[in-house]
Amino acid sequence: MEWDWNFVWEIMPTLIEGLKITLIATLFGAAVAAVVGLVFAILRMTAPRPIARAVGFTVEFIRGTPLLVQLYFIFFVLPDIGIRLPALLAGIIGLGVHYGTYAAEVYRSGIENVPRGQWEAAKATNLSARQTWIHVILPQAIPPMIPALANYLIAMFKETPLLSAITVLELMNQAKSVANSSYRYIEPMTLVGVFFLVMSLISVVFLRWLEERYARVEEH
Amino acid sequence: MTDWSGYIGLILQGALVTVQLTLMGSALAVVVAFAAGLGRVSRYMAVRAAATAYIEFFRGTSIFVQLFWVYFVLPFAGLTLSPLQAGVLALGLNVGAYGAEVVRGAVRAIGREQREACIALNLTRAQAMRHVILPQALPLMLPTFGNNAIELLKATAIVSLISLSDMTFQAQVVRAQTGSTLIPFATILVLYFLMALAISGAMRWLERRVTRGLDGVRT
Repeated sequence: MEWDWNFVWEIMPTLIEGLKITLIATLFGAAVAAVVGLVFAILRMTAPRPIARAVGFTVEFIRGTPLLVQLYFIFFVLPDIGIRLPALLAGIIGLGVHYGTYAAEVYRSGIENVPRGQWEAAKATNLSARQTWIHVILPQAIPPMIPALANYLIAMFKETPLLSAITVLELMNQAKSVANSSYRYIEPMTLVGVFFLVMSLISVVFLRWLEERYARVEEH
Repeated sequence: MTDWSGYIGLILQGALVTVQLTLMGSALAVVVAFAAGLGRVSRYMAVRAAATAYIEFFRGTSIFVQLFWVYFVLPFAGLTLSPLQAGVLALGLNVGAYGAEVVRGAVRAIGREQREACIALNLTRAQAMRHVILPQALPLMLPTFGNNAIELLKATAIVSLISLSDMTFQAQVVRAQTGSTLIPFATILVLYFLMALAISGAMRWLERRVTRGLDGVRT
């Protein structure tokens, strides 16, 4: 079977449609992950012990099980208890919660790297817990985390094809449906691979830049 | 009431396939990781370039795409693989690329003075690698290898989509036959978690094993 450029141009619009959904899922998934991760990290560090341990176990459990099964769980099991989510929303929540547990670890190490003196100074100046977090700890903790978080963003982008398993029409699913209706697998599958490769090569450059920009913050 | 014992048996059969895939995939990944990781620190430009290209390619495209490519596109090139072979190949090559970076990092992390001592003792490059560098680099790699093995375990769920009857696939079968969703999916989530725990336990044991006799060598 030969590579056919005409066919490539013919299927390109469909694939671009899919790429849009892939990007939407990645962006919203990242937003959910950023928030969920922060909640997990703060609960694990400040909540009373039983709650902190329960959260810790939940994080370990989510990290130890496949995203695909978690997506099935959200998409197939939750409707039984009356929560019926559209496929894309279910996918975004799945991605967000799964990568939220990874982000939680990044946040935790970032927060633990803020020197003790900062906490003590905040206490000495009579800041409330809320003020301490928002004005003292998080502004210092977040910049060094950015490269690690961006790394997980790229990892998440590469996991979005899993959403095709719960019927989201993202890039991979569009390619599959094109392939199934035309019986040509080489072009769609290869193009999906090329799309991902190009996107991640670009993001590697972006990541290097982020590392240079933010990794130096500690050394002032 | 449904007879659950039969369905549990089905899921356990799937669990066996998952374990098999994880073990075979990890074995391939370790081999590939060392080959590519040492390739990246080779003194030959061509070897370095080939290793870098392999690593960037497999880390840059998603495991999902690679698996589908192996399973659906390679047959057109005359190479037809069974789902199990395709799964092991894709998982091994993908996780191997991540492992290669770990190998490279660990080899790089061994101090300069060790290399210089090898030169002073007139060891060949192969001898230096085999007897001096790798024994010290191995303990540095193991924790990350453990994480990679868990990532591989989680990635095996994807092979259910190319009709290999692993644990996730069997859970879907049970779902289709009984209409119950909670029990099959909750069961396999717990089983996956137990397998991940087993992997991290095994890696901790292995870590103690390989660091034995190295106390005091590294600070």
